[in-house]
Amino acid sequence: MSCDLKQVARDIRCNIVECIGSIGVGHIGGCLSIADLLAVLYFQEMNVDPQNPKMPGRDRLICSKGHAGPALYSALALRGFFDKELLLTLNKNGTMLPSHCDMNKTPGIDMTAGSLGQGFSCACGAALGSKMAKDNAVIYCIIGDGESQEGQIWEAAMFAPAKKLDNLIAFTDYNKMQIDGTVEEICDIAPLGDKWRAFGWNVIELEDGNDVDAISDAVKAAKANIGSGKPTMVILNTVKGKGISFIEALGVGSHSTNLSAEDVQRALAEIRGE
Amino acid sequence: MEMRDVFAKCMAEMMEKDPSICVLDADLANSHRTPALYKKFPGRCYECGIAEQNMASIAAGLSSYGFKPYISSFTPFATRRICDQIAISIAYSQQNVKIIGSDPGISAELNGGTHMSMEDIGVLRSIPGMVIFEPVDEVQLGKAMQQVNDYEGCLYIRLFRKVQPVIFDENYEFDLFKADVLREGTDLTIVASGIMTKDALDVAEQLAGEGISCEVVSVHTVKPIDKETIVASARKTGAVVTLENHNVLGGLHSAVLEALAEEKVPVTKVGVPDKFGEVGKMPYLREVMGMTYEDCLQQARKALSLK
Repeated sequence: MSCDLKQVARDIRCNIVECIGSIGVGHIGGCLSIADLLAVLYFQEMNVDPQNPKMPGRDRLICSKGHAGPALYSALALRGFFDKELLLTLNKNGTMLPSHCDMNKTPGIDMTAGSLGQGFSCACGAALGSKMAKDNAVIYCIIGDGESQEGQIWEAAMFAPAKKLDNLIAFTDYNKMQIDGTVEEICDIAPLGDKWRAFGWNVIELEDGNDVDAISDAVKAAKANIGSGKPTMVILNTVKGKGISFIEALGVGSHSTNLSAEDVQRALAEIRGE
Repeated sequence: MEMRDVFAKCMAEMMEKDPSICVLDADLANSHRTPALYKKFPGRCYECGIAEQNMASIAAGLSSYGFKPYISSFTPFATRRICDQIAISIAYSQQNVKIIGSDPGISAELNGGTHMSMEDIGVLRSIPGMVIFEPVDEVQLGKAMQQVNDYEGCLYIRLFRKVQPVIFDENYEFDLFKADVLREGTDLTIVASGIMTKDALDVAEQLAGEGISCEVVSVHTVKPIDKETIVASARKTGAVVTLENHNVLGGLHSAVLEALAEEKVPVTKVGVPDKFGEVGKMPYLREVMGMTYEDCLQQARKALSLK
């Protein structure tokens, strides 16, 4: 589909704000940092059908940093997987939109995630499944930079090239922040591109991981790499809380924060450029 | 025939008919006799290397794609090491994954304490929806595998790898969710699992010589436990002893106590007394753990004395 991806990213951000604002607290920083990526994936690259979320042979997105659930819900609602009004049920009793991604609750969510490190291995399993099924699907996966401290990430990092899973396109949301501080001061993962290259991946590093055009080019390059035997890791240098200045200013505090009704209005106005 | 050979033979037969079955190993393929499957079904068997956490979540990803993965390792690495991956990637996500954990309890013998899981049942029993199956002999395992494959969900096979005394004959009809009453009796119920089943039958035979009638209930599936059979037997006999190759905390004894919580019946036990394992052959380890035939007999008499 063809559309203004910058506008889509803004709409996703507005949905994120309203979604998290509906309950007044949530993981907003790491949701906003991937809004541009989700715009490119769901509105340009992924072969999905909102009317048939479990369509065989569809492309899949596994958000291993499962706490970014509200970002995916915001994109999925915009894409027509479910009614936008449902975004206001986030984390309410009995909701189909829990804080962390749940494939058994939300149409369009391809894998449950939340215990960090696991979704990335699940994505390797799905990529292997696609190879076995010979359905030519592309499996996308988003991991966090803090999540990259999990040992399981590096188990999967060895597995995917060993099994030639070139249909796996992964992204690191490298916003440099985790709950207890910056990634650099807690337990540094740099030099990240070198690590993935050393593990045998096709690595694409984007200086601005919130630039939809750059992301779009990177995904096209990653798709062109299918057939090489190498999986792709796109390292997105992103900004945690991107797009809302008072959330960005919270720094590591933006991981999970309160969001009042007034904050919601202020944030929406900024995103819409009012 | 060794249990692992029965496992591999059944897998080959099932994989022939069911193209969704796939096999994952973590550098212990030969221990589970799966290399023949790699030769026969290339493209459906994958060696994950020594990375059990990854293997478990990969299995979940394959299941999400409609495949039926079987993952294998030794019991400690197939359970406690990957407890969270089983809980979240597989069970919470409602994936259809079969886990084979081999060398349960003291049967790890010379691999010693690091490789002896006395707690695997306890670890998995606390995860909602798990099915935990410990085959008694090769006949039962052979009859069980098709039901295992037909079951949709997370199922753990606690597999003794080598030769077990044969308890069942070819006419035996297996039900994954039903305990087997191997011998009917009226004075004492002996509930046993795995390698302790033969002891249960031997104790029953010896006590019969003393005029004591024992009922032997073989629990191959400890979760969900066949409460109906256990309660009915306990009500009939009025005394119970449990025999298991696992920590008495969290395993068969605990499951039987839970089943009998509302019954006025004494329940004694033979099993690992909340201890870690150590190197040794099984006869030595049975002595160390208080799991010899004499211990079984003594605990049976104790249950009778508490009536």
